[in-house]
Amino acid sequence: MLEVNDIHTGYGPVKVLYGASLNAQSSEILCLLGRNGAGKTTMLKAIMGLLPVMSGSVTLQGQELHRLPAHHVPRHGIGYIPQGRRLFRELTVDENIEIGLMARKQSRDTRDWVLDLFPRLRERLDQQAGTLSGGEQQMLATARALCLRPKVLLLDEPTEGLQPSMIEQIRQVIVKMRDEGFAIILVEQRVDAVLSIADRVTFIENGRDVRTTDAATLKQDTSIIARHLGV
Amino acid sequence: MEFGPHLMLASLEGAVIASILVLTAMGLSIVFGVMRVVNVAHGEFFMLGAVLAWYVSTALGGHPAIGFAVALIVAPLAVGLVAAVSDQLILKRINYDPDRTIVGTIGMLFIIQQTTLMTFGPEARPVEAPFNQRLALPWFEFSEGGLQMIWPWGLSITSYKLFVIFAALTVLVALWLFLTRTKIGLIMRATQQDSETAKAFGVPVGTVYSCVFGLGAALAALGAVLVVPIQQAHYLMGADPLLMAFTVVIIGGLGSLPGTVIAAFLIGMSDGIISVFFSPTLAQIIATFLVAMILVFRPQGLMGKAET
Repeated sequence: MLEVNDIHTGYGPVKVLYGASLNAQSSEILCLLGRNGAGKTTMLKAIMGLLPVMSGSVTLQGQELHRLPAHHVPRHGIGYIPQGRRLFRELTVDENIEIGLMARKQSRDTRDWVLDLFPRLRERLDQQAGTLSGGEQQMLATARALCLRPKVLLLDEPTEGLQPSMIEQIRQVIVKMRDEGFAIILVEQRVDAVLSIADRVTFIENGRDVRTTDAATLKQDTSIIARHLGV
Repeated sequence: MEFGPHLMLASLEGAVIASILVLTAMGLSIVFGVMRVVNVAHGEFFMLGAVLAWYVSTALGGHPAIGFAVALIVAPLAVGLVAAVSDQLILKRINYDPDRTIVGTIGMLFIIQQTTLMTFGPEARPVEAPFNQRLALPWFEFSEGGLQMIWPWGLSITSYKLFVIFAALTVLVALWLFLTRTKIGLIMRATQQDSETAKAFGVPVGTVYSCVFGLGAALAALGAVLVVPIQQAHYLMGADPLLMAFTVVIIGGLGSLPGTVIAAFLIGMSDGIISVFFSPTLAQIIATFLVAMILVFRPQGLMGKAET
């Protein structure tokens, strides 16, 4: 569905990705694993068009995305949950959701669907996003991305700094979205969390993808993980 | 005149100054808040508004109210358009880099100023007020017969100055409604908070920036159209409003709109009152001193939030 093919990108003169590829299918959770600074977040930003792709391509169902201006990318159905949540902190919960809805001109139905997924947010519609608890902020960031009714969902360390009950809730939503047919790309640091949720895993090392395996294989042979992430 | 009526007169003058100032400073504050651009050319957009008002009202002739009413609409629109185009031509090309935008807007300042000098000329030209009746104001005084209303000689305001105060208030309310109640306002506020994330949610940040830059300039121009029947249009008239607007925005907190309103009121009123009782120079000294004190003790401004 979403294919990233041999992309080179970086921040200004600093190159981060040197020919990285991945391939996400619908109804599947693809996890990106790699050491700090390997280029996982950069990969997601490049998909969103937030970084210039110098060579290679990003295609969604055959359509090229990497030539589009950044604000056209989400309109093709990619929901992005950035690292650190990046909410519009001084806007209310309702306004944050409204921004998500506007991106693909979604109706009230989508709003209700999203609020049914996260009933906690419905109670806090008029509260400033920055004053929510960490878990609620993550819910809002997820809700905002789901407001696009995306085909592909990019999650960058969604469980970072959350308490276990919240992590479980976020995990359930991710699994639910997978079962509804979304293609999900998940960046996650904790290996146990990855193994319990992922269908496939792509290892990123020094700006390249070095290996893609089924999660089932990894569970049987954890030495692969040690080889790529080992400290 | 006794002290009481005199103070009232000075306060009214101050309110007029504050009204113009709040519009100009608001423009500067919005541009900085959303785009993080310190617009040094802001005063020239103010001047351009005044000059265009003169052109429009002279070209139309007839009753001064007609020319003024048309100028009130045409001048801000035209200046906003000029600003939006220069954003696309200059600021966008230098990627809104904080240092280079300052140099870029200084360049815009000179281009606009000198173009006006070459076309409009060095003269100061008046625009006739649409209406200008003198309204005598009452004052209350205790005497043997209890509270008495008197009409001190010289205590008056022109209807036009009252109109300026109300017009500025109306624009402020409209601006607030625009920013908080409309979709475009919401998009602007989201862009202000986090432009990269806004992009990831389909916000055309480049277009938003051009609109915001245009809106900021249009607010300055609107203030200028309102002021031009009181003060004449001149190609160098932009310097003072720029300085005052910066004073207000620093005191209020860069990018904070409520802070800007409060500071504009403070500075405008103190400018009016101190100018009447002492001297305009003292008013400026005090305003500048206030800026210095704010920068020392509360660098984020009255209502600004400290960087975290």
